Amino acid sequence: MKEKLEQIKAEALRQIEASDALEKLNEVKVTFLGKKGELTAVLKSMKDVAPEDRPKVGQLVNETRAEIEKVLEDSVKKMERAVREAKLKTEVIDVTLPSKKNKMGHRHPNTIALEEVERIFIGMGYEVVEGPDVEKDYYNFEALNIPADHPAKDEQDTFYITGDILLRTQTSSTQVHEMEKGKLPIRMIAPGRVFRSDEVDATHSPSFHQIEGLVIDRHITFADLKGTLAEFARELFGENTKVKFRPHHFPFTEPSAEMDVSCFKCGGKGCRFCKGEGWIEILGCGMVHPHVLEMSGIDPEQYTGFAFGVGLERIALLKYEIDDMRLLYENDIRFLKQF
Amino acid sequence: MNTALSWIKAYVPELTCTDQEYMDAMTLSGTKVEGYARLDKNLEKIVVGQIKKIEKHPDADKLIVCQVDIGGEVIQIVTGAPNVKEGDKVPVVLDGGKVAGGHDGGPLPEDGISIKAGKLRGVPSNGMMCSIEELGSDRNFYPEAPEMGIYIFGDDVQVGADAVEELGLRDTVFEYEVTSNRVDCYSVIGIAREAAATFRKPFVLPEVTVKGNDEKVEDYISVEVQDKELCPRYCARVCKNIKIAPSPKWMQRRLAASGIRPINNLVDITNYVMEEYGQPMHAFDLDTIAGHKIIVRRAKDGDVFRTLDGQDRNLDSDVLMICDAEKEVGIAGIMGGENSMITDSVTTVLFEAATFNGANIRKSAKRVGLRTDASGKFEKGLDPYNAEAAINRACQLIEELGCGEVVGGMVDVHGEMKEKVVLPFEPEHYNKLLGTDVSEQEMLNIFKMIEVEYDVAKGTLTVPTFRQDILRQCDIAEEVARFYGYDKIPTTLPNGEATTGKLPFKLRIEQKARDIAEYCGFSQGMCYSFESPKVFDKLLLSADDPARQAITIANPLGEDFSIMRTVPLHGMLTSLATNYNRRNKDVRLYELGNIYLPKALPLTELPEERMQFTLGMYGDCDFFDMKGVVEEFFESIGLHKRAVYDPNAGRNYLHPGRQANIEYEGTFVGYLGEVHPEVCDNYDLKTRAYVAVLDIPAILPFATFDRKYEGIAKYPAVLRDISMVVPKTVMAGQIEAVIAQRGGKILEDYQLFDIYEGSQIKEGFKSMAYSITFRAKDRTLEEADVTSAMKKILNGLEGMGIELRS
Repeated sequence: MKEKLEQIKAEALRQIEASDALEKLNEVKVTFLGKKGELTAVLKSMKDVAPEDRPKVGQLVNETRAEIEKVLEDSVKKMERAVREAKLKTEVIDVTLPSKKNKMGHRHPNTIALEEVERIFIGMGYEVVEGPDVEKDYYNFEALNIPADHPAKDEQDTFYITGDILLRTQTSSTQVHEMEKGKLPIRMIAPGRVFRSDEVDATHSPSFHQIEGLVIDRHITFADLKGTLAEFARELFGENTKVKFRPHHFPFTEPSAEMDVSCFKCGGKGCRFCKGEGWIEILGCGMVHPHVLEMSGIDPEQYTGFAFGVGLERIALLKYEIDDMRLLYENDIRFLKQF
Repeated sequence: MNTALSWIKAYVPELTCTDQEYMDAMTLSGTKVEGYARLDKNLEKIVVGQIKKIEKHPDADKLIVCQVDIGGEVIQIVTGAPNVKEGDKVPVVLDGGKVAGGHDGGPLPEDGISIKAGKLRGVPSNGMMCSIEELGSDRNFYPEAPEMGIYIFGDDVQVGADAVEELGLRDTVFEYEVTSNRVDCYSVIGIAREAAATFRKPFVLPEVTVKGNDEKVEDYISVEVQDKELCPRYCARVCKNIKIAPSPKWMQRRLAASGIRPINNLVDITNYVMEEYGQPMHAFDLDTIAGHKIIVRRAKDGDVFRTLDGQDRNLDSDVLMICDAEKEVGIAGIMGGENSMITDSVTTVLFEAATFNGANIRKSAKRVGLRTDASGKFEKGLDPYNAEAAINRACQLIEELGCGEVVGGMVDVHGEMKEKVVLPFEPEHYNKLLGTDVSEQEMLNIFKMIEVEYDVAKGTLTVPTFRQDILRQCDIAEEVARFYGYDKIPTTLPNGEATTGKLPFKLRIEQKARDIAEYCGFSQGMCYSFESPKVFDKLLLSADDPARQAITIANPLGEDFSIMRTVPLHGMLTSLATNYNRRNKDVRLYELGNIYLPKALPLTELPEERMQFTLGMYGDCDFFDMKGVVEEFFESIGLHKRAVYDPNAGRNYLHPGRQANIEYEGTFVGYLGEVHPEVCDNYDLKTRAYVAVLDIPAILPFATFDRKYEGIAKYPAVLRDISMVVPKTVMAGQIEAVIAQRGGKILEDYQLFDIYEGSQIKEGFKSMAYSITFRAKDRTLEEADVTSAMKKILNGLEGMGIELRS
């Protein structure tokens, strides 16, 4: 019996060795280990074995089965690995072929610049608010210290709808709406579309965007204005950006200033980009005029504040080095794709 | 405003700085310098020479050979200039020197023109005699220069002297941008005062003294101002025995540098005083003034008046006129009349220095269609005190220049003069507003320089009348800030109550719209808010379409920009067409912009501004791609229910069979469709295009960023497929409505998985197949549940003429 088992084992191992495909190994498994296989046949012939020898023979059969199974399993693994490797070899691709992209669209450069500005001011605790494009004369002019006869009304080349209703020339109108709400303190920025009667050319458009800023609280100082806008400039144009404040005049702020930033192209040495000056004019600002506060029902003895206005297109043109404002409104996909 | 630095220095004699330092410092103290130009740019090695001898050129008819004394040395110069003679003193550029331009007076080359010794037709020439054009100027500013040929000096110059200096070109002209509140700085004196304060140097005003003769001006002229509100002050003086002649060189040079052409002594004096004091003056020929009386009154509606430029001007009763006893002689503050203008034969002159209501002048200048240097100054509202100083300055110059004899006294008509502004001196207030710690003494030093008087006893500040911009403490604070230095003010951050930075919900939804549009391949465009009224016809809107009710701009840039858009498609279609005609393939654009819907026309209240999310595309795409974008957007903002697409949208600009209104929970929220081919033709867009317009305000009430986890289904779903033959007129939406309505609580989902029209199906029908999913949250469904639900659905469908296929 023992010899018989040795023979079966030797034959099984030989057949395993000779197998060159997984199917053949499976056949071996069936032949030797299956229900009708040779080892099963041996077990079936146990009835011919003397009862006292049966446990021993049984053990021998199990050992043989285990040995065959082990070799078989190893061979299957080995063969599976070989098959997989062969398959991988046939699956080589050219990884330098073009990619398959979900062709995403692009944001308008104005919006990219706007979101940058919003991000900076939201981080400093400002709320973004909106005001109407079509506005009452009062909010655009009078409440901002620009009464009916003021020369500044001419300077701004206003589009009128009626004598009293116009297209806003500045987002500063939103300041007044916010102040009238009577909720203090105020920290807001108001982006929006503004309109002025300028013919279209490389640097002018009758419709463009501004971002107005307003802070009103107790003890707000000109130094706070400088600090806030310097921080803004560094965030927007890089941490080495320097700022310069020049006195200026706006009817609704006093003192007023214009802010220049050091040219982010040449760092202030002077280049073609900044016309050799090293500085680029970026925004107008100032301390809210006490009369403006009074008109909106805020006591200038208790509260002070600062305001500023930035041209969004100006920032977009500078930051992305766009040389013609008309490109912003043509919507040529070859332009938009670059942002 | 342009002014030579030498003129400023006349009032700030101790001023010493480079041009660049001057520009920077003035700009930082609030007088913005736009730029400067050196008048001696590219003028090198140019001296005064005297022609000693002139001989003919041996080989050229048009050339002459000159021996020129350049001071201790005589050099030979060959020239073709026709105007020189022996003894003339001329500017000579020496070998190795430079001139600014050519003799034809064209644009000046950046680096000038170098002059070298050489030979002209074989005869050595060691330099060049210069015309005024070669020196970078022209006869407008040097009227004494000959029309053709070499500039010839007067006898008073020294041979060998610096010719550039003699011509007054060793100077720099600065261009200032003066802000509208600083009327006083539209004058040389005003800027000089700022310069003195900026550099902390003494400011020296010209001393004005008029001798005047023994006569009385009242014997020559009387003045009556009928409208004192429009004319707060009228000063008049008379000069007789006028001798018209050129003004002196120094005056001509200063005017020339300011861009004013010298004419004669009388005109130049009025211009000079206007520049110097910022006070426009007018000179009348007294012999033309009827009754020797000046009356200041309003014109009558419909009057016509001929100004001294020969133009007839239409007047109305808001225009203030200067009149004599019989007629109008000038439009106040704008321009004099032809009937009283000064000619070379004038003998007696009436000088007027007045102030007028600024707003009225501005309006009148618009009304008569004439804006002059004078009206530009008057419209800012001039200081009445300055008028007297200026007229006296003019009379002083008349005397000093020997231009005439000044009659004694001045006629001065004015109402109550405005009192000076007096403010308490509150140093703490200024420091608190500025965030500074400027000492009281420093503030007082600043006030002294700008002529704000401090009264120690009363503790008050008195503002000079020329500073009409200083009315309140904040204006004083600005003065402190300007001269203390904006750059020295510290930088701090506000430290009040903390506030939350945020983006309002509407803007967050707009941000999501951008994200989704871009994810779906759309790029953001921007279009104008105003457009042409022709747009409505281009979009085939019917005559009674409410969208034609648009707001009209009263003063548009042109018809093409004259109405506020009520439909957002014009900009989108124009942009698509621009791209198409530039051969850009597969273009997808979106825009977020307002439309403007009037509540009534003409506008009595502000219109409704509705933010529109507009999408447009052409190329490799169809209606359902667009529908997909709409649904992606809806899902992203929490609109999870199925929107209803109503094909009966009735929009003329869209394909009649390929358009839908979009409704969400019974509310109209937008529309989409293929653009009508005729509209495409109107926009020169020769391809199919698709658009969608979503009305953000209508969507907002449904939108939310809240999300709730509902668990993952624990019990198995049961799937049923139904296959139908459906009349072509029945839409998928109708079938889905039946499924949704009749599926009951256990209905989870339904999806169309096959649609077919063709030869296999009978005429007028289509085959459709839906997969319907049922599931209960709390149990495994029984066969009976599903069968019952399906039965209800099938009954409903059969009622619509739908045949079920096995």
